[in-house]
Amino acid sequence: MVFEKDLNLDATELRLGLPGSSEESLRISNKRALPDMNDDSGVAAAKKCDQETAPPTKAQVVGWPPIRSYRKNSLQTKKTEAETSGMYVKVSMDGAPYLRKIDLKVYKGYPELFKALEDMFKFKVGKYSEREGYNGSEFVPTYEDKDGDWMLAGDVPWEMFINACKRLRIVRGSEARGLGCVV
Amino acid sequence: MNYFPDEVVEHVFDFITSHKDRNSVSLVCKSWYKIERYSRQRVFIGNCYSITPQRLIARFPGLKSLTLKGKPHFADFNLVPHDWGGFVDPWIKALAKSRIGLEELRLKRMVVSDDSLELLSKSFPNFKSLVLVSCDGFTTDGVAAIAANCRFLRELDLQENEVEDHRGHWLSCFPESCTSLVSLNFACLKGEINLASLERLVARSPNLKSLRLNRVVPLDTLQKLLMRAPQLVDLGIGSYVDDPSSEVFSKLKAVIQLCNSIRSLSGFLEVAPCCMSAIYPICENLTFLNLSYAPGLQGNDLTKLVQHCRKLQRLWILDCIGDKGLGVVASTCKELQELRVFPSDPFDAGNAAVTEEGLVLISAGCPKLNSLLYFCHQMTNAALITVAKNCTNFIRFRLCILDPVKADPVTNQPLDEGFGAIVRSNKSLKRLSLSGLLTDQVFLYIGMYAKKLEMLSIAFAGDSNKGMLYVLNGCKKLRKLEIRDCPFGDVALLEDMGKYETMRSLWMSSCEVTLGACKILAKKMSSLNVEIINESEQLEFSLDDRLLVDKMYLYRTLVGHRKDKPEYVLLL
Repeated sequence: MVFEKDLNLDATELRLGLPGSSEESLRISNKRALPDMNDDSGVAAAKKCDQETAPPTKAQVVGWPPIRSYRKNSLQTKKTEAETSGMYVKVSMDGAPYLRKIDLKVYKGYPELFKALEDMFKFKVGKYSEREGYNGSEFVPTYEDKDGDWMLAGDVPWEMFINACKRLRIVRGSEARGLGCVV
Repeated sequence: MNYFPDEVVEHVFDFITSHKDRNSVSLVCKSWYKIERYSRQRVFIGNCYSITPQRLIARFPGLKSLTLKGKPHFADFNLVPHDWGGFVDPWIKALAKSRIGLEELRLKRMVVSDDSLELLSKSFPNFKSLVLVSCDGFTTDGVAAIAANCRFLRELDLQENEVEDHRGHWLSCFPESCTSLVSLNFACLKGEINLASLERLVARSPNLKSLRLNRVVPLDTLQKLLMRAPQLVDLGIGSYVDDPSSEVFSKLKAVIQLCNSIRSLSGFLEVAPCCMSAIYPICENLTFLNLSYAPGLQGNDLTKLVQHCRKLQRLWILDCIGDKGLGVVASTCKELQELRVFPSDPFDAGNAAVTEEGLVLISAGCPKLNSLLYFCHQMTNAALITVAKNCTNFIRFRLCILDPVKADPVTNQPLDEGFGAIVRSNKSLKRLSLSGLLTDQVFLYIGMYAKKLEMLSIAFAGDSNKGMLYVLNGCKKLRKLEIRDCPFGDVALLEDMGKYETMRSLWMSSCEVTLGACKILAKKMSSLNVEIINESEQLEFSLDDRLLVDKMYLYRTLVGHRKDKPEYVLLL
């Protein structure tokens, strides 16, 4: 510290600052940081106290951890994209008067997706087998992929499916025969 | 002094290529100074404010290649306000006016404008190589100017720049006559490009050795590009997502088998893990693998991949590889020299992805390790001491514990002993970054043992001025010292003012240095620029010398105060 404690210069010292804030050192500092950002004496205090007391939360310290902004932004973009941007696709069902839209990101896998479609359109998806497609239902879930081909939903891993799927179509009965549906 | 004619001496100097050596040679005598300066082609300027472009041009009329660095290192972490400085424009303007035949320009942490890039592209007919690292201020329009006007361009390398993307056509600006490209890296650009143009460009570039794509380049384009350029040595993949059963993917697998020159692989900015098996054939020969921008790959994907990379020398990876994965690296990559482990989730303690265990495994398995950047959740003294026993060749050792003041979780002690062991056993250490709970003791060790240390980064460490003094007194080769949030103040700053003339720069922020001390330093040392960065709106500088300064950056210079400082910078 700059001032000797035993001469009690603190008492007569000229300081700028609010009355009663005698612990606080005079500092030109930028207060533009987050509202609950610890000031520096807070950090120092945290450093010196026992390990029981929690140290300042990482997110509150400007410029820490020392990762280049480019890299930080890059990872955050991916997270945000993953978390907030929806993957909305149109869903049509043969015979339905209008189409619906659903967000594929919301579902964790095929069972959840099909349950949602079943609820939305009031039908039942049959039982899936790799060899035969969907058995036991008049309706078959299909999707259009990036190449423009119509594919049976359920063959490829879920992650791949949601990346490839441009729109969904629930195909009825006779048209579905070519896709392995056994009615 | 010269027994030989100048031409002979000059010919001898041709064999001296390192900057340090050429600098030394120029100091021997007047005659050597003269011969050296006329024959010098490559110049490195570590701080763009240490000299003016005019003096550079006057001294080295034969200049062909210039490297410039601008903002201080902590600017990478948002500690330096946006328009602080580091503008390349005056350099390019001065060079353009002169008779310098510039061929290569490498910039780091500088502000580059589109106008500068356009001027650059039009002023130097033999311009061959542009490398921009961590720069900002330009858009794809500037890049387009380079593409359009540099007729013999060999290298366009954009690394981690913040570029405003005008979704353009910059790639289509390469004329049909441009066939000289050796290296093209646009991975940091975010926008769409014309894929057909890219294919044609690659097709007419027989010398292309290095190609790094951005995330909008899909897998089927990648396959076509590799067909055209199987001679690539360095590949950065953009998007790597497809259905493994598709025809395109089969074609990719086939063409990858032909690319047996690839030694360096990076990117995977978008990735479907199930497609990674196609890469395995080239893994055998890889010496550099950078997966640090591929968060789509989980720990076991990474582990499976790394198992094929027996010849790896440099690995950059995310911490989701985990300690176990690092164990696999340790048992597979016996040639490993450099390891960088980045945090995949910097603000979430959540899954403690890598700890001291991973580092210990690496140190035990990779005897050639000399460069480390390691972000982890915790570290122990015991682990560091073990690492120090196993590895004595470190040149760079940067450890970042995500909680900045975390003690050894086993003993609750500071990490002084651990870092002490590192510096004691690694006598060639040039660069060191510390973190965790640290007292003055660690600086005592550094001052005692780190005799070759050139760059030191300190945060939230130390107890008193003694810490900083140990370093300033002991580290004779110190060139760059950057300190934040440490209790170092005036006494340490002013003890040996001449020391700063032997260094490139000193950064101190959120320490205990007063305005008065900075004024004393600036007054005494005319060869230093002492900058105070003050961003708060209400204070004026005429106030109390006892004010603690928030950010101070000082650097040696031959040309006094810079003329381009923003309002919030006070030059003392």
